[in-house]
Amino acid sequence: MYKIVEKVSLNPTVTMMQIEAPLVAAKAEPGQFIILRVDADGERIPLTVAGYDREKGTVKIIFQIVGATTEKLNHKNVGDYLQDFVGPLGVATHLDGLKKVCIVGGGVGCAIALPIAQKLHELGAHVTSIIGFRTKDLLILEDEFRACSDELIVMTDDGSYSREGNVTVPLKELFEKGETFDEVITIGPLIMMKFVVLACQPTGIPCTVSMNPIMIDGTGMCGGCRLTLNQDGKKVTKFACVDGPDFNGYEVDFDEAMSRGTMYVAFERHAYEEACNLFKEVK
Amino acid sequence: MPNMSLTKNPMPSQDPLVRAHNFNEVAIGYSEEIALDEAQRCLHCKNMPCVSGCPVNVHIPEFIDKIKEGDFEGAYQVIHETSSLPAVCGRVCPQETQCESKCIRGIKGEPVGIGRLERFVADWHRDHSDQKPEPAPFNGHKVAVVGSGPSGLTCAGDLAKLGYKVTVFEALHTAGGVLVYGIPEFRLPKKIVQQEVDNLIAMGVDVETNVVIGKTLTIDELFEQGYEAVYVGSGAGLPNFMGIPGESLKGVYSANEFLTRSNLMKSYLDDPVTPIMKGGNVAVVGGGNVAMDAARTALRLGADNVYIVYRRSEEELPARREEVEHAKEEGIIFKLLNNPVEILGYNNPDDRRDPKNGFVTGMKCIRMELGEPDERGRRRPVPVEGSEFVIDVDTVVMAIGTSPNPLIKNTTAGLDVNGHGGIIVDDNGATSKEGVYAGGDAVTGAATVISAMGAGKLAAKSIHEYLSK
Repeated sequence: MYKIVEKVSLNPTVTMMQIEAPLVAAKAEPGQFIILRVDADGERIPLTVAGYDREKGTVKIIFQIVGATTEKLNHKNVGDYLQDFVGPLGVATHLDGLKKVCIVGGGVGCAIALPIAQKLHELGAHVTSIIGFRTKDLLILEDEFRACSDELIVMTDDGSYSREGNVTVPLKELFEKGETFDEVITIGPLIMMKFVVLACQPTGIPCTVSMNPIMIDGTGMCGGCRLTLNQDGKKVTKFACVDGPDFNGYEVDFDEAMSRGTMYVAFERHAYEEACNLFKEVK
Repeated sequence: MPNMSLTKNPMPSQDPLVRAHNFNEVAIGYSEEIALDEAQRCLHCKNMPCVSGCPVNVHIPEFIDKIKEGDFEGAYQVIHETSSLPAVCGRVCPQETQCESKCIRGIKGEPVGIGRLERFVADWHRDHSDQKPEPAPFNGHKVAVVGSGPSGLTCAGDLAKLGYKVTVFEALHTAGGVLVYGIPEFRLPKKIVQQEVDNLIAMGVDVETNVVIGKTLTIDELFEQGYEAVYVGSGAGLPNFMGIPGESLKGVYSANEFLTRSNLMKSYLDDPVTPIMKGGNVAVVGGGNVAMDAARTALRLGADNVYIVYRRSEEELPARREEVEHAKEEGIIFKLLNNPVEILGYNNPDDRRDPKNGFVTGMKCIRMELGEPDERGRRRPVPVEGSEFVIDVDTVVMAIGTSPNPLIKNTTAGLDVNGHGGIIVDDNGATSKEGVYAGGDAVTGAATVISAMGAGKLAAKSIHEYLSK
């Protein structure tokens, strides 16, 4: 069992928790993920590591309440325990040798982008961060990004805070000004990452994306997290859990990944409604 | 007087048409009367050929003698001396190619039903005995076992009996490996696996779930923590796909995923928390035991029609005869000498938001005929040109094998693997790295539960010799 030692609501739909998991905390690196189950017989869900404290033995997770399991998770409080918490899984983001990097985060994906920006900052790299949200109320982690970025651009789709528009607008402006980077690292909704990749394409700057497909074991057994890469005209099957979650954005078949992500939409909507009703009844 | 009947006592089983709609165990098991009658068929041959056919050398005639005497607990103790998992082996071992294939009674008629008797004894013990195994006195040595499948559990059990302090590390949230995520409830009830694991815990074995060796901890770190030897029984790994168009459509599963959802995550329940596609028409590609498990699971999940699509003929089906027969009785349709060439999906060009988009609608196959024998002597299937046809399906399950998991090999310096990624071991189960032993699917690729147990047993013996030096 894994104890919740801190819980903070970052906005109405996004929550941060610190979980006591010393073995995971000892090894976790930016870009890796964990799998948790809230209770016995619960679903296994993957969440990317949002931070870790090796001394305290805690791992930070930041999650959006999007379904039955995250709803249940959000009803747990400090002092409660999670049934299972395993990791760190996947390959850490490759940051060695990068001197000038642009981090592009969208929505709750910013939670995963932050430790990468922080690590790059620690390593002495020049960090430009572009973070985007649908609207002002959903903004998270602005101060944290400011602290580790040489330049920070905040976007809201509806213009309710900072600049209006999506994250590709300032990215393209930077490119037009002749700005260049060793790498662009983007984490967020698939559709956003797809357009960030398209924006990078004319520049030829390497663009890394962090994939978050449906997974069960997360250890290279079930194959549910497979995605297709186009490598030199050949289609190659890769597994996000052991080969990723980071991939070369130019190679990823985003349309296929988006389609696969919707496989259980009807089931998930029903389960979420049931979970919400259950908690309403309890109240 | 021995019972000279030429046939085994048949296994009492659920009616095929009833069991096709439930997840209860197919085989009900021998009663005491049937077991006594079947035991009388054993002639207790002096040279005991059956024992040599068993990868863990269960003293077969000896335990059957105990059954004849009506001493069922005594029979259990005989089996338990050499096998840590009798209730499991009695259910899933391919006895027809092992112990029973060597039985003298099999020369004229059917061999003794050794597997069925083993199962009877194990079940009798579970229902009647509250005798828990006790820890052996600690011999001062610590051993780590990676993976809690049949191989790891066997190795852990044998070492614990010798007084080793054994810790088993399991990546998933439940111990049992393929016995819990792969083999379905109707062939191996999960409570039986749990009981075997509980027995090991009673013997002093520690089981640490949620630890992925190669990620959470490395093999080298296990040595740093004071473990003096490590047994790697991490099992088979990533599922293979055919490389045909459409394998990423919604509704295409690997057998590993399909079975894990149903078995480990309990998607077969009426109101599951982990989803799985239920109903419709299902095609399972492959002809092994895993394919049979997937097909029979799909049927029980409510499929209208379930097809086994296999590129060779019935004779070459790698699955156990008994599993094939069970599948047929339940109504699984065998489409043999057919090979998939493409999986077809729904695509509404006028509405990109159509919720049916991207889901499987059918599978295009081509007829095959058997040509010249290949290097293993099996006749090679050759496509019949122009014979393509489409079967209407909603779900496709690929059950065409697995490739070794890369996590341990990638994080363990000095551990040699072969061209397929399988860990290389010598005749004693020792790897190229000192103190590290390996066995089961991690070494051989996908094989049987009992061969994995045999490897675990061998490694336990080798580790004991290594640490006794």
